[in-house]
Amino acid sequence: MEKRVVFRSWWLPYVLVAPQLAITIVFFFLPAGQAIWQSLLAQDPFGTNVEFVGLDNFVTLVHDEYYLASFKTTAVFSVLVAGLGLVISLVLAVFADRAARGAGIYKTLLIWPYAVAHAVAAVLWLFLFNPTLGVVAHWIKGFGIAWDPLLRDRDAMILVVVAAVWNQISYNFLFFLAGLQSIPKSLIEAAAIDGAGPGRRFWTIVFPLLSPTTFFLLVVNVVYAFFQTFAIIDAATGGGPGNATEILVYKVYKDGFKALDLGGSAAQSVILMIIVIALTVVQFRYVERKVQY
Amino acid sequence: MDVSTTPERKARLPFLVRYNLLPRTILRGRREGMIENRPVLDLVTHLVLILGVVVIAFPVYVTFVASTITAEEVLAAPMSLLPGPHLFENYREALVRGAGNSSAPVWQMMTNSLVSALIIAIGKIAISLISAFAIVYFRFPLRNFFFWTIFVTLMLPVEVRILPTYKVVSDLGMLDSYAGLTLPLIASATATFLFRQFFLTIPDELAEAARIDGAGPLRFFWDVVVPMSKTSVAALFVIQFIYGWNQYLWPLIVTTKEDYYTVVIGIKRMIAGGGEASVEWHLVMATAMLAMLPPAVVVLFMQRWFVKGLVDTEK
Repeated sequence: MEKRVVFRSWWLPYVLVAPQLAITIVFFFLPAGQAIWQSLLAQDPFGTNVEFVGLDNFVTLVHDEYYLASFKTTAVFSVLVAGLGLVISLVLAVFADRAARGAGIYKTLLIWPYAVAHAVAAVLWLFLFNPTLGVVAHWIKGFGIAWDPLLRDRDAMILVVVAAVWNQISYNFLFFLAGLQSIPKSLIEAAAIDGAGPGRRFWTIVFPLLSPTTFFLLVVNVVYAFFQTFAIIDAATGGGPGNATEILVYKVYKDGFKALDLGGSAAQSVILMIIVIALTVVQFRYVERKVQY
Repeated sequence: MDVSTTPERKARLPFLVRYNLLPRTILRGRREGMIENRPVLDLVTHLVLILGVVVIAFPVYVTFVASTITAEEVLAAPMSLLPGPHLFENYREALVRGAGNSSAPVWQMMTNSLVSALIIAIGKIAISLISAFAIVYFRFPLRNFFFWTIFVTLMLPVEVRILPTYKVVSDLGMLDSYAGLTLPLIASATATFLFRQFFLTIPDELAEAARIDGAGPLRFFWDVVVPMSKTSVAALFVIQFIYGWNQYLWPLIVTTKEDYYTVVIGIKRMIAGGGEASVEWHLVMATAMLAMLPPAVVVLFMQRWFVKGLVDTEK
């Protein structure tokens, strides 16, 4: 789409885009270019000895069992976060859509966790799950189940998943609710007149009509689990115990800043960039359609 | 209601609904008014929702309780679930002195968070407004190139290019400064897109009228475009303020001096290192409450713009 009426000036438009462009070049293109260049170099931590090694860093990564383990951790984490987050928020949204009275109040009471920083959410759940003083940890132990997210892999994973899901529910809930409210009530009434019960109506009418929203949220949640949960991992477990919760973005940070393996970290950045670009393309191709409805 | 009669039309329904092609009369269903009377299902509905609200609020409730009792009471496992009488002294101690290994007072971190969140939100809106205006209202060489240059930044979250970005900021001498904290986060393709979409819906007649009246582009921008964009700006401000306030990874690496810690980073520093026993949980929890307060207030009191902003920025 283009404007028919435009203004004429040979310098003004450049001045207007200049600030945005300058920041984009300095803080996006320069670093991204450097990451790609760096990923082709081998360098000691002090930068005294630099050598061009081609794709060696990538080859090393592919054979690095820790990197492959991190991929697996990320996959488990993303499936759990996206799956649980979507199911819980869909249930809440379906009921909130049904509740004729009080829907607005429920909505207000369910959306505020969006405002809580990921790191703060992590600290909140770390406190609840703390093996010595956590309230929830105390309940779990009351059932005779051993619990220590600081030492046991599985418990640490549960901790970060719960914190990540808790933080994301409100976002999913809002989009599901908007999707549900855009489904014409007359369709559901027609099905009701034909004798379909609430469960049948949900699975044959509501759920299929909601599928664009669901797909959109699935992509958003995977992106969230892959990239934005860095703060949760860092504040709650620091990737531990061992490497049990070390997802890919966390490993980029750890290898680059803590281990000073610049080439390896840059190669990981490049792989992550490719993953983000793929996900963004999927999302955009899809969003073209979503805007319509 | 006859849409649902013939099988052929029935099969086409989802498509028609999705693309909003149904005749008006069908779309105008009554939203309120129960389809049928099912008291048990009504009860279940409210029970599920109340359970959801309670479970979601629980962590924050426990945090609040922990921020009103003494350090010893927090350590008594399990701690009490009823608020204690130490609310004011705990919050005052956190605000004035800080807690644990981080000695920076929380008021100072709150100020840093506020300043950077405001710079990020206002800066983003300002540079996006003018660049979207240039792209929509002018024809100039390289226009499409600029547009795509900005577009590509959507694809590169700060997390994946963290080390080289850090290097750039450190080369520019911007570590431990507000500029370093905010500038790399200001460029945003989403905001530019949002404004571009919105500007395209402004009727051409307005620009035409402005030109006939002899108003230049800047005059048109200030007197017509900016006032018309008010709701978009408000919606975007809410989202970007929360985004800026809640930043974690970036402030974590560009701030080494406590003077520039934001409150989110401060909390992390309070619980890190020094061993389990030295964490002053009652003060950490008071700080957590303080860190949640401003964005929560913004969400609750500007709910309409918050929802609009969230939906708009995802388009």
